[in-house]
Amino acid sequence: MTLYVLCFALFLVGLYGILTKRDLVKIILSSGIMGYACNMMLVLFGYRREASYPILEKGREAAAMVDPLPQAMVLTAIVIELGIISLLAALAVRLFQKYRTYDITKIRRLSG
Amino acid sequence: MITPYFVIIPLAAAFLIPLVSKRKTGPAVLLSLASTFALVVLSGYAFFGRSGETLVYRMSGWKLPVGINLVQDAFSSFMLVMVSLIALTSLVFSPRYIDRLGGDAKYYSLFMVLVAGMNGVVVTGDLFNLFVFMEIAILAALALVAYGGRAHEFEAAFKYAVMASVSASLILIGIAVAYSATSSLGLATISRGLERQSPILVLWVGGLFMAGFGLKTAAMPFHAWLPDAHSSAPAPISAMLSGVLIKALGVYVLIRFFYNVLGAPPLFLQIFLVLGAVSIILGVLLAIGQWDIKRLLAYHSISQIGYILLAMGLDTTLGMIGAVYHMLNHAVFKSLLFYNAGALETALGTRDLREMGNVSKLLPVTSGTSLIASLSISGVPPFNGFFSKLVIIIAAVQAGQPLFAFVAVVGSLLTLASFLKVQKFGLRGGRPVERLIGEVDGGMKTAMILLAALCLVTSLLIVPGIRETTIDPVVKVIMEKTGHAQIVLEK
Repeated sequence: MTLYVLCFALFLVGLYGILTKRDLVKIILSSGIMGYACNMMLVLFGYRREASYPILEKGREAAAMVDPLPQAMVLTAIVIELGIISLLAALAVRLFQKYRTYDITKIRRLSG
Repeated sequence: MITPYFVIIPLAAAFLIPLVSKRKTGPAVLLSLASTFALVVLSGYAFFGRSGETLVYRMSGWKLPVGINLVQDAFSSFMLVMVSLIALTSLVFSPRYIDRLGGDAKYYSLFMVLVAGMNGVVVTGDLFNLFVFMEIAILAALALVAYGGRAHEFEAAFKYAVMASVSASLILIGIAVAYSATSSLGLATISRGLERQSPILVLWVGGLFMAGFGLKTAAMPFHAWLPDAHSSAPAPISAMLSGVLIKALGVYVLIRFFYNVLGAPPLFLQIFLVLGAVSIILGVLLAIGQWDIKRLLAYHSISQIGYILLAMGLDTTLGMIGAVYHMLNHAVFKSLLFYNAGALETALGTRDLREMGNVSKLLPVTSGTSLIASLSISGVPPFNGFFSKLVIIIAAVQAGQPLFAFVAVVGSLLTLASFLKVQKFGLRGGRPVERLIGEVDGGMKTAMILLAALCLVTSLLIVPGIRETTIDPVVKVIMEKTGHAQIVLEK
């Protein structure tokens, strides 16, 4: 239970960062933190106490292994997140070139 | 089996386009037009030829609950027809507009990835697969929003990307909860599994998905990103985003998940009603104050999505007819309005309504089609918007929700007011315009005339004989609720 709570706390840290930080890079990092919290949550859901790694070999039973499917899903999610984060970073670099600042309160051409 | 081709064709085209066109965009335009035309034909065949059937395609032959399957029923085919039609007109509109932005073949490549992602979301029958296709579509959409390369476009794309990552996280946790409860990822098996679980779990899954896909749909408390993203994108992409992306990724998934998987829990339907009503009124009120024509249209998207959500929340067959019908109509007239805005921007070099003037002489096609679209969105007969709004209002009254019917009527009147503003200042204003700085070419005109004709043609869908073969099978699939899972599992 503690682990779930900690995961949720990590998620909230990310959300807090996205909502309150002014620096573009910090916002990107916060979105990354939020992604990590989700991925850890997913792995935790597949975890089983006292279970071993999920590789089927001779003489091993599937019943005593952790669930491998969430791990596969996390791998996919990490790759997707890589895409989003690199896109965000590219956009931040281009924004810096245009405005010479990373502060979102100074980058406000759009409003309302 | 035709189902996988809805993903294969656009994805293959997306990867072939950079190969066939190095410098010139000609081959890219041809290839993308050919593949979207193939999609229109294929989806038309699926919708009209095999309507009422549920096609299930098992990838690599694995059955549920192990494998991933693609499910195509009347509702999916309906969405596919909508996506392909708007994509085709958008590509017809694009070449000149994109050349003006200094465009290259990458635009067409990204466009096809966007179509592939949306089609994938619509045909998949697996929750995680849906997530992946959704991210494919969103990544392509983000790149396309920033395509023009100007400062405010990057800013809009950044906002959109942050929003997308928040909603992706929420959806991923939703998927994790659903998986941990049912040990499966197929929509059909999740539906069967959650029936046996405690209602608290349904609340968790439903709440996370409501927040995640609500962000994608841009219903009112989640709307902040939409006006920026949709108004900064190039006009044909605005049409794709407002016309079909928020429906394929937002409304479609909400309907599919809350009706066919969770079996329409009353609490969430109540939330849909309230979100819809709030979106209708606040969206249109914010729209009236705008002077940038594309921002005004973007706020109207929020308001019109409100109508669809409201109709979804009624939980009656008539309400669902209204929702599905309004979804198609909104795709048609909102795309047309964005093409009009794009044509005006090309011709006059501005998006500010105050700097426009009387262009009805110089741009007869643009002003004529924009009049049709404005009347459609405001709900004036005999155009399509009138009929779908009428159905929604009647459904609300019949469902015993006169207050929400009243909200819908007020929203419609305010919409009319704000489009009178567009017509008065933008297209038929007092200030005469002497000359145009750009030319509205044949492709743009063709796209606009095509959609203006569709504004009239789609109003025929409500005629009883035609409705039975078009909208009724779609509504039947939705109103089967969790019975749909049974049909998929038996295939």
